[in-house]
Amino acid sequence: MSSVDDPLVIAGRELHSRLILGTGGFANHELLAQACHEAEIELCTVALRRLDPAARGSILDVLDGAGVEVLPNTAGCYTARDAITTAQLAREAFETDWLKLEVIGDDRTLLPDAVELLAAAEQLVDDGFIVLPYTTDDPVLARRLEDVGCVAVMPLGSPIGSGMGICNPYNLSIIIERAGVPVILDAGVGTASDAALAMELGCDAVLCASAISRAHDPVAMARAVRLGVQAGRLARGAGRIPRRRYAQASTPETGVPAFDPQGA
Amino acid sequence: MIGSVNVTINGEPRRLPAGATVASVVELLDVGSGARGVAVALDGEVVTRSRWPETELAEGSLVEIVAAIGGG
Repeated sequence: MSSVDDPLVIAGRELHSRLILGTGGFANHELLAQACHEAEIELCTVALRRLDPAARGSILDVLDGAGVEVLPNTAGCYTARDAITTAQLAREAFETDWLKLEVIGDDRTLLPDAVELLAAAEQLVDDGFIVLPYTTDDPVLARRLEDVGCVAVMPLGSPIGSGMGICNPYNLSIIIERAGVPVILDAGVGTASDAALAMELGCDAVLCASAISRAHDPVAMARAVRLGVQAGRLARGAGRIPRRRYAQASTPETGVPAFDPQGA
Repeated sequence: MIGSVNVTINGEPRRLPAGATVASVVELLDVGSGARGVAVALDGEVVTRSRWPETELAEGSLVEIVAAIGGG
């Protein structure tokens, strides 16, 4: 029987925090460092872009200072081929085989391209990468990704940065029920309650970027989302009551005093 | 150094002395802190860090030099 305090284990690696921070969108490195601290994270995603010679100070120094390890992503890739090259660059740049695999199929919705994603995942697993794919909330695709050797699946709640929360809790529940690997909600979280709902549905962890980095007060939101994840995890373990159509009194219905002399 | 090569670095055309290597290009861009979080692709193939000093650029080489940034 698992306990709410059990660590999350992905590919043999133990994580005590069930919140993973996406580091995109922070106004500056100072805010990112504070958010890492408030979110109490151990792992965060990072990306690769063309070197900007004017940039001062590497984000890696900030994350080192915060004691956070990195999970490189392949954000911005539209083909399996580009994702594979980006993954190889990431392995070189960050000295890790861990990879959040993203292969996008449409530039307005940023939804994953299922065909390219699965092809890239299969190749990268063969090349020795530890692959955590960003996927749609399609239970069949999640299963296929697990079958090719992905160590977790990261279904979206709703499109990246949309803040629409979990649009299809039914699909997400099916993925969770049938997955043999950890399920990490990725994309769509708009506020703390969305993260709580993901955990209540049975997700193993939540990845959150924009909801924190683009909040009016990112540091306060980092704390709120962390607490949301913890609350949701606790509630999942505690077992929610079933939904019912009519009321069920919590106060006993016997022993109620009668005040009407006619009726006594 | 005799001659030069025309290459493209991160989308910008550059003329470099013949014999220029990946390592010299990274240096040219003035990357601090030991080029931490930096990786290089030459003509679409990743060049591992240990091979930067020995990998020479040829006429028409396409060089992509990337670095860590924040991302979801």
